[in-house]
Amino acid sequence: MRNSVYAALLIAASLAAGVAQAEVTSVKIGVLNDQSGVYAGLSGPGGVDAVKMAVEDFGGSIGSAKIEVVSADHQNKADVGSSIARQWFDQDHVDIIMDVPNSGVALAINDIAKEKNKIAIFSGPASSDLTGAKCSPSGIHWTYDTYALAKGTGSAITKSGGTTWFFLTADYAFGQALERDTAAVIEANGGKVLGEVRTPLASPDFSSFLLQAQGSGAKVIGLANAGGDTITSIKQAGEFGITAGGQKLAGLLVFISDIHALGLKAAQGLELTASFYWDLNDGTRAWSKRFFERNKTEPTMAQAGLYGATMHYLNAIKAVNTTDTAKVMAEMRKTPVNDFMTKNGSIREDGKLVRDMYLFEVKKPEESKGPWDYYKLVRQIPAEEVTRPLSESACPLVHKG
Amino acid sequence: MLQILQHISAPALFGQLLLGLINGAFYAMLSLGLAVIFGLLNIINFAHGALYMTGAFGAWLLLEKLGIGYWPALIISPLIIGCFGMAMERLLLKRIYKLDHLYGLLLTFGVALIIEGVFRNIYGVSGEAYDATPDLFRGGVNLGFMYLPLYRGWVVVASLVICLGTWFAIERTKLGAYLRAATENPQLVQAFGINVPRMITLTYGFGAALAAMAGVMAAPILHVNPIMGSDIIIVVFAVVVIGGMGSILGAVISGFGLGIVEGLTKYLYPEASTTVIFVVMAIVLLVKPAGLFGKAS
Repeated sequence: MRNSVYAALLIAASLAAGVAQAEVTSVKIGVLNDQSGVYAGLSGPGGVDAVKMAVEDFGGSIGSAKIEVVSADHQNKADVGSSIARQWFDQDHVDIIMDVPNSGVALAINDIAKEKNKIAIFSGPASSDLTGAKCSPSGIHWTYDTYALAKGTGSAITKSGGTTWFFLTADYAFGQALERDTAAVIEANGGKVLGEVRTPLASPDFSSFLLQAQGSGAKVIGLANAGGDTITSIKQAGEFGITAGGQKLAGLLVFISDIHALGLKAAQGLELTASFYWDLNDGTRAWSKRFFERNKTEPTMAQAGLYGATMHYLNAIKAVNTTDTAKVMAEMRKTPVNDFMTKNGSIREDGKLVRDMYLFEVKKPEESKGPWDYYKLVRQIPAEEVTRPLSESACPLVHKG
Repeated sequence: MLQILQHISAPALFGQLLLGLINGAFYAMLSLGLAVIFGLLNIINFAHGALYMTGAFGAWLLLEKLGIGYWPALIISPLIIGCFGMAMERLLLKRIYKLDHLYGLLLTFGVALIIEGVFRNIYGVSGEAYDATPDLFRGGVNLGFMYLPLYRGWVVVASLVICLGTWFAIERTKLGAYLRAATENPQLVQAFGINVPRMITLTYGFGAALAAMAGVMAAPILHVNPIMGSDIIIVVFAVVVIGGMGSILGAVISGFGLGIVEGLTKYLYPEASTTVIFVVMAIVLLVKPAGLFGKAS
């Protein structure tokens, strides 16, 4: 009798020990973004490669578990993205979904990840609702958001005399969030919004919309759009003599891939807010050089963010020795983020990565030393200026004191 | 609605009408090629958008690789694409003339996907800037109600000339009469000693060249990118359906007309601007199934 009790205790103890030391058996990262449409240039295949670089630098495995990376094209459609996400989580044992540019798709993925108790780290999308009303305990918004863009670019331009605005707004979750956040900043700084026009995503021709902006007489035309739409609007604004006529363009979300496609002649003088530029310091230059060798293009902030996010995630798994969502999230929140791009970043309870941002100005053609030498730093914006205070948060997870 | 009407001001309205006309110029040029190909070959050419994109890329490549400017490119690029079109007709389309329309549609759609895929693979999707607006058309004129970039003015004029020229060639010349006769009764025309297969090959080549020329003209305005063709092809198909499949004059008139309708919608209710053409298409199909200028069969 006594022996059997001992035996039972022994088995129980060894089982408990076994649970405590549960080895990570597999890690599978799913990168979900636009691989071929208007937003493919700002992340796309390069974003997938940034994640792969992080996995390679990490060593490719955790213990005996190999780290796998899978990727898919959501085609900027929320339903396509959702069905891929469900397939990944339900059948393909994907542990985390990353990137998801296009806020419309990202908001859908955020809900699914929450429902499945899986982690989602957003690098590409912008809507500040991801950490606002639609926040999730397992969602992290990594690289930038509409609040930061509005605070950075919106307030800089309003304070320097751009007091009246007209918006060209991409007609979906992202554009609307960006317009809303920027309008709030403009009004807080004593400026005024004269009007806006909602443009369908990926319109080939912006001239009608630009003409309305021109007719409004606003000092600043705010481009609440991204990727291909931003490129088209800036190019055609030049063609229609809008910039020459004294109105200023404010690109509220501009990626370096857009500037490269536009050329400096069309883009010069543009002010923009970003969390990363390849030529900021030795650290960014060293990493970007490696990225360039693999992808033949300098990285965008969305791509650089993906590298850092992947590293942070893998380090957290290694530290807690499990892929359990709650434990990994707790570890990621506990550990400050420090890499070539992010200094002393921290993940808040609403899922926002609190980080500094930079205000850049696009160089004139004669100031540039060659391809990709595009930005000059206007100022580094401290995190507290560009992060929505928790007291203003609409996120139900935030306990207000 | 009342609120919308209150916002209308005459200068802004004229501006939008003119912009609509400019976009309509592209619709007209593209739907013209489609109508010619459908009218004479009975092929629903889904590769038209891809050929348009290839034309734009042709201009960009000529400039980047060989330093050849806009004017020569306006001739060379359509010539190359026209030859490509003829090869495609000889090698592929020729084999399916006896089959249902659907096969032609599927074949050309497949070709379009392949062409786009190849360009996407090589050049990515962000596109390339084609900065070779001829000096003659740099800058613009102030028309009082709007600032018109000279280049866009040129596009409208050139498009009108091309469209009317094509219409004239097909409806009013001897060659055009042969072509029309060949579609009615190829055996009989052949019996008169006219090489009908060669004529059909040349017609497809001409349609492809028209698409490429529209592409070259679009290059300085739009961003040259691999998906520019698939963006526009659906709209252009709607234009052809509204005008009446195979009707050349119908394609031209409805191309310009729908450009204007779209321009007005962009002004009055921008959210609907990408859908309005399809609403018009649905109405036309209900009221006049053969299209505005089509002949009911």
